[in-house]
Amino acid sequence: MNRRDFVGLSGLATGALLLPSFPGFGGTLVDPAQLLEQVDPAVKKRLADAALNAAKSAGATYADVRIGRYLNQSIFTREKQVQNIANTESYGAGVRVIANGTWGFSATNVVTEEGLAKAAKLAVEIAKANAKVQKQPVQLAPQRGYGEVSWKTPIQQNAFEVPVKEKAELLLAANAKALENGASFVNSSLFQINEQKYFASTDGSYIDQDIHRIWPTFSATAIDRASGKFRTRDALSSPMGMGYEYMVPKAVDKIAGPSGTGLIGYKNSYDILEDATLAAQQAKAKLTAKSVTAGKYDLVLDPNHLGLTIHESIGHATELDRVLGYEANYAGTSFATLEWKAKNLPYGSKVVNIVADKTQVGSLGAVGYDDEGVKTGQWDIIKEGKLVDYQKIRDQAAIVGQDHSDGCCYAQSWQDVQFQRMANISLKPGTQKMSVDDMIKGVDKGVYIAGRGSFSIDQQRYNFQFGGTVFYAIEKGKIAGMLEDVAYQANTQEFWNSCAATCDQSDYRLFGSFFDGKGQPSQVSAVSHGSATTRFNAVNVINTARKIG
Amino acid sequence: MPILSKDESQAILKKVLSFSTADECQASLSGRTVGNIRYARNNVSTAGVSDNVSLAVEARFGKRSGVATCNQFDDATLRRCVQRAEEIARLAPEDQEYMPLLGPQQYLTPVSYATSTAAIRPDFRAQAAADSIALSSSKQLTAAGYLEDGAYFQALRNNKGLEAYQQSTGLDFSVTVRTPDGTGSGYAVADFTDATKFNAKNLTQIAADKAAGSRNAKALEPGKYTVILEPAALVSDEGLLNNLVYNFGAREADEGRSFLSKKGGGNRKGDKLFDSRISIYSDPLNAQAPGSVFDGEGLPVKRINWVEKGVVKNLYYSRYWAQKNGVEPTAFAGNFIMEGGTQSTADLIKSTAKGILVTRLWYIRDVDPQTLLYTGLTRDGTFYIENGKIKFPIKNFRFNESPVIMLNNIEAIGRPQRLGGNLVPPLKIRDFTFTSLSDAV
Repeated sequence: MNRRDFVGLSGLATGALLLPSFPGFGGTLVDPAQLLEQVDPAVKKRLADAALNAAKSAGATYADVRIGRYLNQSIFTREKQVQNIANTESYGAGVRVIANGTWGFSATNVVTEEGLAKAAKLAVEIAKANAKVQKQPVQLAPQRGYGEVSWKTPIQQNAFEVPVKEKAELLLAANAKALENGASFVNSSLFQINEQKYFASTDGSYIDQDIHRIWPTFSATAIDRASGKFRTRDALSSPMGMGYEYMVPKAVDKIAGPSGTGLIGYKNSYDILEDATLAAQQAKAKLTAKSVTAGKYDLVLDPNHLGLTIHESIGHATELDRVLGYEANYAGTSFATLEWKAKNLPYGSKVVNIVADKTQVGSLGAVGYDDEGVKTGQWDIIKEGKLVDYQKIRDQAAIVGQDHSDGCCYAQSWQDVQFQRMANISLKPGTQKMSVDDMIKGVDKGVYIAGRGSFSIDQQRYNFQFGGTVFYAIEKGKIAGMLEDVAYQANTQEFWNSCAATCDQSDYRLFGSFFDGKGQPSQVSAVSHGSATTRFNAVNVINTARKIG
Repeated sequence: MPILSKDESQAILKKVLSFSTADECQASLSGRTVGNIRYARNNVSTAGVSDNVSLAVEARFGKRSGVATCNQFDDATLRRCVQRAEEIARLAPEDQEYMPLLGPQQYLTPVSYATSTAAIRPDFRAQAAADSIALSSSKQLTAAGYLEDGAYFQALRNNKGLEAYQQSTGLDFSVTVRTPDGTGSGYAVADFTDATKFNAKNLTQIAADKAAGSRNAKALEPGKYTVILEPAALVSDEGLLNNLVYNFGAREADEGRSFLSKKGGGNRKGDKLFDSRISIYSDPLNAQAPGSVFDGEGLPVKRINWVEKGVVKNLYYSRYWAQKNGVEPTAFAGNFIMEGGTQSTADLIKSTAKGILVTRLWYIRDVDPQTLLYTGLTRDGTFYIENGKIKFPIKNFRFNESPVIMLNNIEAIGRPQRLGGNLVPPLKIRDFTFTSLSDAV
């Protein structure tokens, strides 16, 4: 450990004694050098067997154990200073069992054979206690054991191996670009996650996985003191299931945005300096941009915006736990019930083809096996506008008459129980050659939107309202200046049925949600959504400007 | 033993400080034992228990600081933890916003602990779930609910003489009851310091009545309506009032990026921004909704007025920002209390000629930080009121509204109730802006 590994740990002084509390980052602060250590799989196998044997002896008919080391490093800066660097580690094990037809779960940070055996017995005890209230026994889809296998995110450079100083300096360089180009304030951050997780079950699987994710982001704010007006423009990066190679810009990954916007889309690498420069210029331009006139517009949506609309209106709506009512008290249910699906109504137009994929390289959801030992794959959710399947896990398959899980089970850490989480849900690009400029040429009166903004949707996924990061008017086939105060309100089925065209594969990119919340107690998960720029006709746009005293 | 006594925890902290060679050293010990049960489709789905105790040590040399943590308490581990914090501190650059550690402080006597809650065992949770499920099953309705209870402690000590300790307990319960055909849904939520006040059956009854009463909802045109917002429509993880209070930061206001920024510079402390009947304050000793008596840095939490008779009285100042501006820092308060009257929600309904009763607002997101404009939707029990009576259930609406505008359109304020650790009255508000309809139930 030397000085160059530590920049701005001083930021921790503020509220230093409060452990990091942002979503999913619970855990113990550690020395960065410890982030590179790995636990030997042979040791984990011995520990796992102790838990599985104890569970079976106590009366479990099924048991699985997850021994996890969850590492996070996050760097926060503002303007010219590093505010906080947090290195956290959380190490422990969770044991899940079925006894008397009922689930039980217990977790411990005492990762010894005795500690895991004790947790296994407690899990069986809880299952048996709750079995008294249980009416229908849990029915698991059959799953073969894979023996001893492993999987790793295919990264080129482990972000945890890059010195903190280098990463902090890159963020400060991006801040400098923003300040030089007219931002009054800028906050930037880099989140890095490494899940080293070991899964074993009574089905005979021993699965060792090493998962990596990364997310650089910033927010540039321009202020006009005289009028009191302020506007922000956030980064157009995407969180990815990648290593530090995402932070090294490559020309081949850049896609020019619509002519007249200066925007650049990023595929598998991101140019934070370039984006921060443009962000500051656009934040300033937003201060004097024209306020939108409410009405019907054709929308042309960039993949870095559309991903969130896909996430909320298709991703969540087709999660089987929501459809069945397991999330009724919090996240909600879904309009796309089994009865609704049986009616064979159009979810969207013929160009809407949605695929679920847990294997897509570079995506946040890519793993070899899920958190209940099911090998991952890809499957169709919507084909030519019709809903054909849901996202499900082992204890749901039988309820819909299927005999297999889709491999969608996930827990945010060893101490949380695994449950059904969203797979990468993506819109297939168009098969006809079409660039974003080609698409805009055909729009008479429209709005082009890039980046995520305010987003809200009801608990059954009918009515939504989305903002964005930047908005441009489209008039007679051309970009016609920046707009502000834009949000669109639509109904999921109407919106996807108004989908007119999608650009081709060359425009396809991943959007990501790094901290998607669901469940009680709430857990986060990370998921990507791919698409090419897509057009929706005659969508209701509202003006969000207000006056307060 | 996740819940240590004052003496046990201070003994560990004293030992930790004795190992330190730093200019300044502060140590914090916190622990929790938390249990939960979750049910849906009238069946228990998951249940669990988790315990943890954690020590954090901050060592400082001049303006350099380092933090390390551990969760084992033998001498060797404690010594290693202190050494690691000191090692990190020596390598760290100077903190540009450095503030010296606090010296001895006087704290209020906390009232946030109840033995009844700390004593909860798994059978208590199973019984609560069973009561809730039995009631909804008996009415051919379907319940989904969640109960979580916990006991917590926090202890702080530093080498400048600061010493603090507090225990607390909490129980949170929520339940959504739905009709089997999915045409009706109702919700109830409550939280307590003292578990003896909790009754799963009574709360499930409220949700069941709303579910049964919300079948066959009619569609009203979106527009501006007089609304009665129940506390669950005002306060939640993302509630309009929570968001209002979270946006009282002085630094953001002074920097020009807050609804409390003043045109030309400065902030709006002292300005009347709300109706004269609006008063909001924090008070750790409120018997119904007690809070922490010290914050993470050890600053004493006392009663503080945020809004008094519509006037912004105080903003939140960190120690750094307070010193820079020559004012007193504001301890981070864990709760807020909005003053109200004596009327129940039923009384507010009785005095309403035409209006809408809103049980819950959901998926609330900021639309414009400049005006604190938020959007979101009604959920789990929305009813039309005419001539002082609930006439019929109505379809859910999306709203676009700012709490700043809303708290200027006050018709009546009811009796405050505890929610999310706060005290909040139901509010009757005119011209609340609904912008579209939702088919969601």
